[in-house]
Amino acid sequence: MRYRFAISPDVHARDLPTWFVLNTRLQRALGRPGRATVHDDFGALHRACAAGEVDLVYANAADTVELVREHGFLPVVRPREVADEAVVVVSATGPVTELDDVPDRLTVAATDAPDVERICRILLEPADLDAGAIDLTVLRNYVLVAKAVITGQVEAGFFLRRAHDNLSATTRGMLRPLISSRIHVVSHCLLLAPGLAELREPLRDFLHTLSRDPAEQSTLAELGAPHGWQPANEDDVEFMVDLMDALKQ
Amino acid sequence: MTTSIPAAAPPHRPLRDMTTEEIVGTGRPHRLTYHDGTSRTVLVTDLETSFPTGELIVSQTDTDGVITMCNEAFVLMSGWSRAELLGSPHAILRHPDMPRAAFADLWATVGSGRRWSGYVKNLRRDGGFYWVYATVIPKIRAGVILGHTSVRRQPSRRRVEAAEALYATMRSEENDASRVQP
Repeated sequence: MRYRFAISPDVHARDLPTWFVLNTRLQRALGRPGRATVHDDFGALHRACAAGEVDLVYANAADTVELVREHGFLPVVRPREVADEAVVVVSATGPVTELDDVPDRLTVAATDAPDVERICRILLEPADLDAGAIDLTVLRNYVLVAKAVITGQVEAGFFLRRAHDNLSATTRGMLRPLISSRIHVVSHCLLLAPGLAELREPLRDFLHTLSRDPAEQSTLAELGAPHGWQPANEDDVEFMVDLMDALKQ
Repeated sequence: MTTSIPAAAPPHRPLRDMTTEEIVGTGRPHRLTYHDGTSRTVLVTDLETSFPTGELIVSQTDTDGVITMCNEAFVLMSGWSRAELLGSPHAILRHPDMPRAAFADLWATVGSGRRWSGYVKNLRRDGGFYWVYATVIPKIRAGVILGHTSVRRQPSRRRVEAAEALYATMRSEENDASRVQP
């Protein structure tokens, strides 16, 4: 049976070829055909998951809640010593330089990444901005979010820390990080559909072997796991799920 | 990187009175009585510790409220060592400025399997305090409530000021009620 591998929409375009190469190697390791699909945004990914069209997905923490609790997905691995942090940015030339400067209402641009939005909203709570005080515009990617902030279309932008760091130096220079998360325990997780549970150990074995091979360091970095992978067990994921659940506003 | 370290809790450790040697500054004594009938003397000061921006304070307890896991931010903000915290009742953080009704509401809510959120003034080991916005959710595994997960984040000052006023009123009413009881 062919498995269906959903590549997360928050993978940088530069790294997509590495994910397709990973899928090719997975097919050999698992001894079965598989098809990798890039979803344009999280809405498309969520629809594919809800329709039962995804067997393997590298999910962010917020989606992990849904996939594990509602659809019975199984945790396989998570990146070792890599956490998903988020950052709220403003224009480098704008009037806001610290949280105390944030107005009572705020216009914000973001992608539809649910984990980033949830964390960034929490980051703005000390400025007394609750859910109703944020006017959110959802854009297709982080470059467009940066552009919206720089051109003054919105007052702030929500970024995955990694995505912000991947912007060009020029673009980053026109943005000011206002507040960053330091949660440490939230990360992506490779999840497997319950119908393919027999693939969990072979997947772990393959990714563990990859992690230990010094020749694979650049590949691992491009996959977002520069220190390799570690098995993700139910307890790890349930803890992260509880934590993300507690952060709902 | 700081990580949360789940750990098996040592045996339940009862709370003891705070001593002047442990605190910073001059502490005002208060006698706290807990839901299980035990009590201890705490010493409180007006020294506030700011919440670490961008961080979360995370802990887990068993169903008796005994701490089974805590992250580094919890350790730093509470002033206790991790070894001292694990196995201690979560009430080790209880500040006398918190009304009893707030915790009664918390336990009634999470005891029925629902989440509770609210503003909490916590007591530090050194007699000082810190404010948090806390969310407590039941830790449910295989359909069984094994304990609770608590996540605390930085509150806004306006909300803290409103909570201070509300809790002062609640404490006053609780004190009045206890005075008229035979």
